[in-house]
Amino acid sequence: MTVLPKPTSASLPATPHGILERVHDWVTTCDHKKLGLLYIFSGLFFFLIGGIEAGIMRWQLAQPANDVVGPVTFNQMFTMHGTTMVFLVGMPVLLGFGNYLIPLMIGTRDMAFPRLNAWGFWMFLFGGLLLYFSFIGSSGLFGTQGAPDVGWFAYAPLTSRTFNRGNNVDYWILGILVSGFGSMATGINLVVTILCLRCKGMTLMRMPIMVWSMLVTGFLVMIALPVLTAAQVMLLFDRFLGSHFFNPQLDGSALLWQHLFWFFGHPEVYILIIPAFGFISEIVPVFSRKVIFGYTMMVIALVWIAFQSMSVWAHHMFAVGLDPSLNAFFAASTFLIAIPTGIKVFNWLGTIWGGRLSFHTPMLYALGFIGMFVIGGLTGIMLATVPFDWDVSDSYFVVGHFHYVLFGGTIFAIFGAVFYWFPKMTGRMLSETLGKWQFWILLIGMNLTFGPMHISGILGMPRRIYTYAPDRGLDIWNLLSSVGYLVQFIAILIFGWNVIHSLLKGRKAGPDPWDAWTLEWATTSPPSDWNFNPLPSVKSRRPLWDAKHPEDPDYEYE
Amino acid sequence: MTQAMTNQTEPHALAPEEHHLSKGKVGMSCLIITESFFFMAFIVAYLYYVVILQVEDGGPNPRELFYADWMVYGASICLFASSATVVFAANALARGQHDKFRSWLFITVVLGGLFIAATAVEWTDMIGNKGIWMNTCTFGTCYFSLVGFHAFHVCFGLTALTLCLVLSFLGKMPTFQAERFEVLSWYWHFVDTIWIFVFTTVYILRVYT
Repeated sequence: MTVLPKPTSASLPATPHGILERVHDWVTTCDHKKLGLLYIFSGLFFFLIGGIEAGIMRWQLAQPANDVVGPVTFNQMFTMHGTTMVFLVGMPVLLGFGNYLIPLMIGTRDMAFPRLNAWGFWMFLFGGLLLYFSFIGSSGLFGTQGAPDVGWFAYAPLTSRTFNRGNNVDYWILGILVSGFGSMATGINLVVTILCLRCKGMTLMRMPIMVWSMLVTGFLVMIALPVLTAAQVMLLFDRFLGSHFFNPQLDGSALLWQHLFWFFGHPEVYILIIPAFGFISEIVPVFSRKVIFGYTMMVIALVWIAFQSMSVWAHHMFAVGLDPSLNAFFAASTFLIAIPTGIKVFNWLGTIWGGRLSFHTPMLYALGFIGMFVIGGLTGIMLATVPFDWDVSDSYFVVGHFHYVLFGGTIFAIFGAVFYWFPKMTGRMLSETLGKWQFWILLIGMNLTFGPMHISGILGMPRRIYTYAPDRGLDIWNLLSSVGYLVQFIAILIFGWNVIHSLLKGRKAGPDPWDAWTLEWATTSPPSDWNFNPLPSVKSRRPLWDAKHPEDPDYEYE
Repeated sequence: MTQAMTNQTEPHALAPEEHHLSKGKVGMSCLIITESFFFMAFIVAYLYYVVILQVEDGGPNPRELFYADWMVYGASICLFASSATVVFAANALARGQHDKFRSWLFITVVLGGLFIAATAVEWTDMIGNKGIWMNTCTFGTCYFSLVGFHAFHVCFGLTALTLCLVLSFLGKMPTFQAERFEVLSWYWHFVDTIWIFVFTTVYILRVYT
């Protein structure tokens, strides 16, 4: 039968004493669990900052012809909000969960390259700090200063010296370049860890779906990020060596930036959603008390999405006037990618179907994820239709669409993952009551914010505009969005209180509070530095089920 | 403390019979994939501007621009040959023939150095005599960034190989490092392989410009 080590904390070394020793311990750590927590904590810190930037925008747009902030500040806010949420919140938090959980889930002691792992984290953190230093450090010779204000995809030629004389674009380039190096290192590290360090018996097709999703994400990071790095290096050459890559006045091409950026940018949104798929695929079966429905198809769908995500990038560029046959190709490819995504959604529903559901907070977030993600996915299919896209491109409809996918999708999955794995990471449970309050308030606030954006977009409100005239029918929808922001803010405050309170006074979790089946629940909470002693060996996809039910183990059926 | 423990776990405690794949080789393969996509962006830019669009911005025609054909071909042969000599060096190290290892590695470093020297001559000619640089024309932009990044990678590989040579002379390159050296040689092969694409893009496709 399956051999599982008993949870033990015997191998824990002496805990460091004194504040200096503790800080030193965290700064010099190469332990995947500590680095994972550092990733998640820094990501949530940036989430707060990015959220405040969103709040300033919603405050400004709450009423027509408002003057809370001027156009320049507004441009900085949406640029920093987008850049922060994609590069400094989504990726680090998801990679952080990967860092923490992957070695535990595949039954090993650390990542393949622990020191590279630490390097990756610090590159990310200092890249992010470099980006934010632009608020105070970017005053150029020409009196323009402040944060980058060119949008998170920094279209050429707005980023050229001619139109951007300060140094704020340089901060955008260098900050993202530096944190991108960290992400590439972590992506490679994840892939090597998963391919090389699985415990005895953990074949590829016995890995939890979460591990599969991180493997696919690692590959996407390896493929997408270097293209962004190359494009940013070209932009640096343009700005400092006077090269002609993206300067149309010197026979360069602004379109090349768009192609390179979106060749990175579309896989990037899958980097942000595929780990979320992984979280949901772990949470849904445990709280339905069933095995995941269609494991093989789930894996095939993940790999399919990853491959196809590289052939859809120009659907971000329908409005620039590409060749019609190109538009048709990218539209068709985008429609096609809905098929594997649909397979995943139906398999989650198939897992829930006939299950013995328990509505704990992680499950609520998983169900919320499925609903909100499907809404965002359907508006995505609308936007893939070229003539429709021409009408609503760069309008608030697009903003509403991708916030349903990235907030209702990724952020909901992250909250689900926090509630699900918090007991493992800290040894204490988060409060279920507060968690449920937070979920419902966040669900209402999210729909109140991003739902009306579809309508204001169809009514013609352009994206990234700092104000709008009254009597265009936009007032009420913008006001609703701004009220929705406040509702969401309350939910985030509840979450913050919940985390602090539970860390200090939460119920003790024990090693396996959810009666789950994957290997991370076979360790103590929090796991010892060694994770496992001795290393486990598995015979099926649910090793803990086998251990708990020796009379009816999974491996007799798989 | 944590780091010390991590070091202890490898390679002894990690159930070696389960290691079908080497971390170093898989990691290097991943790095090579990443780097390939980095180079792809620069090759695409070169093809787009110089070969396909052939923008008329007063820049030179690449067909009659380079210092000397024989030098480019000679340098390429040196680089490709160094891929073979580094394999001989790696095999020698694995068999514990340290003198042979040092000889082959020395030849590899010399061949790589010749390649870089040829690049230096061509750049001196192009920048100094013909007055072309990244800001003078679109060709310059694409040429110097693509060839420059390749040369940068060659220099990086040369530094690493030279370091191995020095370590070997100091007696600090024991046989059990053979796999690590092989991983490094994969990087060197990658640098050579990229040159096939860069050479094709820059020197062969110029007949169409």
